[in-house]
Amino acid sequence: MTSVTTSAPPRKTRRAKAPPERREWTGLAFVLPFLAVFVFAIVAPLFYAVYLSFFQDRLVGGSFFAGFANYAQALTDPLLHVGLGRVLLFFAVQVPIMLGLGLFAALAIDSGRLRAKGAFRITLFLPYAVPSVVAALMWGYMYGNEFGLIRQIGDAIGVATPDLLSASWVLVAIGNIVTWSFVGYNMLILYSSLRSIPTELYEAAEIDGAGAIRTAFSIKLPALRPALLLTTIFSVIGSFQLFNEPNVLRALAPTTISSYFTPNMYAYNLAFNGQQYNYSAAVAIIVGAVTVVVAALAQRLSRAGEK
Amino acid sequence: MTQTSTVQASPEAPVKKARTGRRRPASSSRARTSPTLSILMTLMLLYAVVPLLWLVINSTKTNGGLFNSFGLWFADDFALGENLTKLFSYQGGIYSNWLLNTVLYAGVGGIGATILATLGGYGLAKFSFPGRKWVLAGVIGAMTVPLTALAVPTFLMFSRLGLVNTAWAVIIPALASPFGLYLMYVYSQDSVPESLLEAARLDGASELRTFLSVSLRLLTPGFITVLLFTVVATWNNYFLPLIMLTDPKLYPLTVGLNQWSAQAGSSGASEPVYNLVLTGSLVAIVPLIIVFLFLQRYWQSGLAAGAVKQ
Repeated sequence: MTSVTTSAPPRKTRRAKAPPERREWTGLAFVLPFLAVFVFAIVAPLFYAVYLSFFQDRLVGGSFFAGFANYAQALTDPLLHVGLGRVLLFFAVQVPIMLGLGLFAALAIDSGRLRAKGAFRITLFLPYAVPSVVAALMWGYMYGNEFGLIRQIGDAIGVATPDLLSASWVLVAIGNIVTWSFVGYNMLILYSSLRSIPTELYEAAEIDGAGAIRTAFSIKLPALRPALLLTTIFSVIGSFQLFNEPNVLRALAPTTISSYFTPNMYAYNLAFNGQQYNYSAAVAIIVGAVTVVVAALAQRLSRAGEK
Repeated sequence: MTQTSTVQASPEAPVKKARTGRRRPASSSRARTSPTLSILMTLMLLYAVVPLLWLVINSTKTNGGLFNSFGLWFADDFALGENLTKLFSYQGGIYSNWLLNTVLYAGVGGIGATILATLGGYGLAKFSFPGRKWVLAGVIGAMTVPLTALAVPTFLMFSRLGLVNTAWAVIIPALASPFGLYLMYVYSQDSVPESLLEAARLDGASELRTFLSVSLRLLTPGFITVLLFTVVATWNNYFLPLIMLTDPKLYPLTVGLNQWSAQAGSSGASEPVYNLVLTGSLVAIVPLIIVFLFLQRYWQSGLAAGAVKQ
């Protein structure tokens, strides 16, 4: 696999951006340690996954080449469909809420109409430092019936709170955990992007008599497009690869969250509780491919909007 | 993601901008504070903080106290010390193992990943060599591949190599950080002037010497940024160690805490240890919160670089 990197024909066209041609192999020596780990820990497992997905195991006769049989099975597997549908719903509902809140916070902090904006920025970002397992445990206990904060508050003010770990609410409960963890992160990416808008643009807008709202729509939002795209792509990956939060909550609500609640949980349980490694690899590849395709679609849409 | 970079690529690194002080947009010239905005933002602030506060308060309660007192106020007996003592002695003091393992995995993985990313990013930015474009394309491509999808095949591969259930199974994948390499590539392009390298070469310094004595100093802010992100990513990792490790003595905090939680949830033989899960969670996040608060400008510049350049 290293041959890809070493035997590629040198191109004369690279002159445009590449640094001056000198000490040809020194640069490679700098990159080689990274490449070794990269190939071993990322490229090789990727190819191994593809390889595995084309085989099947039989009790008698061992492993044999099965072509696309695993993929055919996965594409018609209702358990995978349920999981994919669930993360798609999660993506469609949770991500706009989270990005909307992050965008609002970024614009508010950047607007100069807020006292102590440094404190807001840091505090909103803090949950990002909390491991997703700890976030899920914490919220899981707050949702719970035993000593849950939400139940306690409901009782105190005399409102019947729903069981957030029940089947009809658990996706909302997970969405809240993810929103809590990543709102500040998205806010900060968007805020950093706002900070890089040249001051002259604001001055010009002010001379033209544009108000705060007008400035936000005509200058800030267009400048935010690349950052919004980035946060969207991260959210696509986060949604379709959802695993940690539901897997942790599963310990608290074993009857609500099934072993195939999300596609990633399904792939994990196929491999480690069902020993169906080959089929698990095919499922993981399909889920990975769907993720990449949705991310690419988001990028395409964003670029179409730019024109 | 790369195509947008040509549109956006300002010669000045955002990483640098973040350091050159504050530039207020013109709107501050008529800075009036808005009450509505303040109220809404305070609500968001409470949303971020109250769960953390809840965790701190409830780490001071006994198992009984958790059930008998209101979640946002202290119970009658203040049991934080007692909980901490129990935390580090429960099940033969296995929590200390988890804490040390986490420090080891995050430390070795993070430092190693940062060194590899710095060398690689610098090599890609400052030298041309056959295959350079392929490497760059491969790394950027890998950034979009959801790495959790690779966990199962990585496990199978590592089990053939006999690496499963060893510290290496967690550390080796942590060493490969395509995002770190990309960040250092961008950072090297912007912060190491070609003229400086030329001068060092004219003096007859070898490339490695030039890197160590000239370039590395200029790359330090980028280095710390990548270090912060890779350490935090490894510290918080759950899926990979969950798959790779079966010996509880090798667990990091994330896997261990969830095991205690699962044990508390199941009405099995052992007593539930909610108080220890909560206290253990608090101890697990305190180092990260401190690091984040003290290294603010680094994570901000890291996010800025990722956002604007991509």
